[in-house]
Amino acid sequence: MNPILMIDFGSTNTKVTAVDLDGEKLLGTAASYTTVQTDINDGLENALKKLEAKTGKLDYTARYACSSAAGGLRMIASGLVPELTAEAARQAALGAGAKVLKTYAYELTEDDAEEIQRLAPDIFLLTGGTDGGNKDNILQNAKVLAGIEGTFPVLIAGNRAAARTCEKILTEAGKQVIVCENVMPKFNELNIQPAQDKIREIFLDRIIKAKGLSQASQLISGIMMPTPAAVLAAMELLSRGTEDFGEGKGLGELAAVDVGGATTDIYSMTDGAPERPNTIIKGLPEPYAKRTVEGDIGMRYSAAGIVEAAGLGAVSSLAGLDEDRTLELLDEITNDTSRMPDTPELEAFDKALASMAIKVGMSRHAGTFEKVYTPMGEAYAQVGKDLSRVDKIIITGGSLIHNTPEAVRAIAAHALYDINQPSSLKPQNAQVLVDKEYILSAMGLLSQYHPETALKIMKKELVSYGTAK
Amino acid sequence: MENKKKLVIGVIGADVHAVGIQILNHAFEDAGFEVTNLGVMVSQEEYIAAAVETAADAIMVSSLYGHGELDCRGLREKCQEAGLKDILLYVGGNIVVGKQPFDEVEARFKKMGFDRVFGPGTDPQDTIKALKEDFGL
Repeated sequence: MNPILMIDFGSTNTKVTAVDLDGEKLLGTAASYTTVQTDINDGLENALKKLEAKTGKLDYTARYACSSAAGGLRMIASGLVPELTAEAARQAALGAGAKVLKTYAYELTEDDAEEIQRLAPDIFLLTGGTDGGNKDNILQNAKVLAGIEGTFPVLIAGNRAAARTCEKILTEAGKQVIVCENVMPKFNELNIQPAQDKIREIFLDRIIKAKGLSQASQLISGIMMPTPAAVLAAMELLSRGTEDFGEGKGLGELAAVDVGGATTDIYSMTDGAPERPNTIIKGLPEPYAKRTVEGDIGMRYSAAGIVEAAGLGAVSSLAGLDEDRTLELLDEITNDTSRMPDTPELEAFDKALASMAIKVGMSRHAGTFEKVYTPMGEAYAQVGKDLSRVDKIIITGGSLIHNTPEAVRAIAAHALYDINQPSSLKPQNAQVLVDKEYILSAMGLLSQYHPETALKIMKKELVSYGTAK
Repeated sequence: MENKKKLVIGVIGADVHAVGIQILNHAFEDAGFEVTNLGVMVSQEEYIAAAVETAADAIMVSSLYGHGELDCRGLREKCQEAGLKDILLYVGGNIVVGKQPFDEVEARFKKMGFDRVFGPGTDPQDTIKALKEDFGL
């Protein structure tokens, strides 16, 4: 036996997962309540004790960790045009596993500067202009950033012709500056990997120390990454596999949803190319592995956001409650965010909330198309990814995985094509796979060293709950 | 590379004529320009976004299906709004419905703020000559 430990430092829970590399199997998982205010190591010790009770004493040969503690990796991004470099910057940050607090386009104003100072991000991603393109905007924004108090590092990933000058402006103001390749070197060409690699380096160097994780990191033999980046890595491995055939073959195109207490994360693994003939793609090219985060929808802290986005009528009729009662329950769970669905009424309400969170999140994540009548006949213009042929949906996150298969399938069905939103390119029907043991972030960590084993374990541990239609 | 003049080109509106714009792309690149080709079915906003981000020197609008006049209206004003004060605007192709005297068409598009207007069947070399003139190359 060759046991390895994966640790996931969350904002409320520390989760541990033990895997046997030789047997290529899951040994056990456990979780314990933690707060950063106390000591992150207390939570880890408790979780390890619980795990030991299940697996017996194990002599781990390696320990890997990811973290979303202390608010996760909090970033602000800026670019020039909202749909172009500002969006590319946002995508880069999201794909690196960050929580994007704000994305600015065009010139930063004095109000923006105050807001940035108040938000105090962990990293500021400064972009704008294609290589050889617009310089004025990024230079101006560098000047504004130079005037902001705060110790956050600035990652410059904009017009290379202006990068040096920006670096000088910011360094002279005492900021830590890192320069990397442009997120959009040519018009509409997305180049976000270099920025993401740098974000991960900064996260390792600085953020971990700042968030009180350094003590714990002494126990850890390798890689710390933001938890969403680990989940994204797991999804991509599961989709693409390690080989084109046999045991290493991936599951192909898939989508995933993680409905949390404060946010809803949606992932898709597909190039999202159009299914329809005569389709012209508009907007930025899409990354194969895409993550979006809906900061306004979640099961507790952001429950009101779900009701706002989906409509009170939709939530209450799905829950089988009248609107006044729905509002009362909404109040209860928002005021007591640790409240479990302990009555049949609350259970129904929670299911309705989860369904609507998935519906809204997936609608925002998926691309859309528009029919255009041209003198040469009908054509379609597509923005974003076409997910209509995606036939697998992974369900993860504590709020969903403990429901019955029937309930999960019914909730997951809200991620699918909806006749009332005919232009939304959501999956048509999909097999529902549930991350019952809650291991995706751990498998993402494992994938960095042992992708074959991580893939095998995921294929084994993700449970099929049938097909949602 | 940074000294090359930068052009944003594309076919405006609901027009899907995809061949000519490729020919123009090659012709302009061969003539030493840096080209951002937006392809077909380009909206005014897309031309402007691309021109802002690439700091373009000219926007070259193609239209072949006769609706150019409607599609082009307001482009100059939007450029000004977006801070593209001195950008050159060219338009060319079958830009109006039916056969109309070209000098009238030219006058109408110039009034809309286009610096140069080209009729059907224009040789790309003529456009390149005009660009070089306007850029003082």
